Amino acid sequence: MQSLVSITDFSKEDILRALERAAEFEANPNQPLLDGKVVATLFFEPSTRTRLSFETAISRLGGRIIGFSDASNTSISKGETLKDTIMMVANYADLIVMRHPLEGAARYAAEISRVPIINAGDGANQHPTQTLLDLYSIQKTQGTLHGLNIAMVGDLKYGRTVHSLLQAMSLFDTRFSFIAPQELAMPQEYKQLLESRSVAYEEHTELAEHIGEADIIYMTRVQRERFLDPMEYERVKNVYVLHNKMLQNTKPNVKILHPLPRVNEISTDVDSNPKAYYFAQAGNGVFARMSVICKLLNY
Amino acid sequence: MKEEKHLKVSAIKNGTVIDHIPAGSLFKVVEILALNRCKSQLTLGNNLESKLLGAKAIIKVADRFFADDEMNRIALVAPQAKFNIIKDYEVMEKRMVELPDTIVGIAKCMNPMCVTNHQPIPTKFSVVSKKDVLLQCCYCDKITDQEHLIILKSG
Repeated sequence: MQSLVSITDFSKEDILRALERAAEFEANPNQPLLDGKVVATLFFEPSTRTRLSFETAISRLGGRIIGFSDASNTSISKGETLKDTIMMVANYADLIVMRHPLEGAARYAAEISRVPIINAGDGANQHPTQTLLDLYSIQKTQGTLHGLNIAMVGDLKYGRTVHSLLQAMSLFDTRFSFIAPQELAMPQEYKQLLESRSVAYEEHTELAEHIGEADIIYMTRVQRERFLDPMEYERVKNVYVLHNKMLQNTKPNVKILHPLPRVNEISTDVDSNPKAYYFAQAGNGVFARMSVICKLLNY
Repeated sequence: MKEEKHLKVSAIKNGTVIDHIPAGSLFKVVEILALNRCKSQLTLGNNLESKLLGAKAIIKVADRFFADDEMNRIALVAPQAKFNIIKDYEVMEKRMVELPDTIVGIAKCMNPMCVTNHQPIPTKFSVVSKKDVLLQCCYCDKITDQEHLIILKSG
């Protein structure tokens, strides 16, 4: 029995097969493979996009959904432990999709559950189906995952999506540009991972000058609460905002990705540019999640 | 004249003498090995002179022998400890501790958001470095280093 807690639980072959399968679901989205199956969606903390896209994926596969989107209406508010909740739900459902505010919660659930677990986010730690939909979006727009230039912009220190995407894309001879304020630079452990895999990367603090060569610009939000010094935030907050005019000298094939929600890091004048891809990216989440669900249930 | 009274600590006939425990770690070792619940004769010595450690502690426990994995559990707090196995007053064997590859339920994860710090879940770590101790949490993946190492109280 396989669970998906971290993107590193999938091999390169698993990832490629999952992306192929996602494309099949995109071509033919209504396939009742889960007829008679029950999937639990346990959202111990709120989520809009991730929960709705999982529930759409399950519905398109013909499965039934049980679960909750607000733990305050459940026995958890009476003090039920995570273990007891998982042990109980594993007796009702064939698969559990869970989001939890504590880091490591999904790994623990996978250890004790008799049915597969899909991690839909455990605090600031892992969110592997986001990574798969990012990979799917990259492959779909560029035609390949191999040999691409990826610029990661914004909060590279705390952003879980950039860390997982880096781990996965480093398997495909990628060249990375990390564009971030020094306070939010890519952590050493991830740079060491790239060095151990002989993957090239550059680090910059200016956005406009370093996106010309990129095939993918992966934007993330620079959050005020991450800065110890509020003056420093004021100094850098507008440096990492992407405006339409900055895209004039970028490659014709470049696409702008963002895990959403966006606040102000991508100006709304970018939305109508054909290089903007973040809304289509969110739509790809349904197909990527259909693919993961079927893989874990052996369909 | 009053006779000087001596409290005699006798040699044990059968059992284990744990030597070369750093003085500050005696009670952590007692906890990790659950010796507070031990029913047989137990002698603890602390702040004894030691050429190796400056100040050391020693534990003598009668009629008690430890398996390798039990001995290795104290490696986090007493990396130079030596287990002398005594049979019929003779030291039959000397065993040095070795940090195991995984550590379950001894140390606390230093990540305040780790699930093990909020739910009744035993901690579990992979030892990624034995020399300068680095423990990687098997749940949240974060690294706990020697400086932030906290030994959990035994239940």
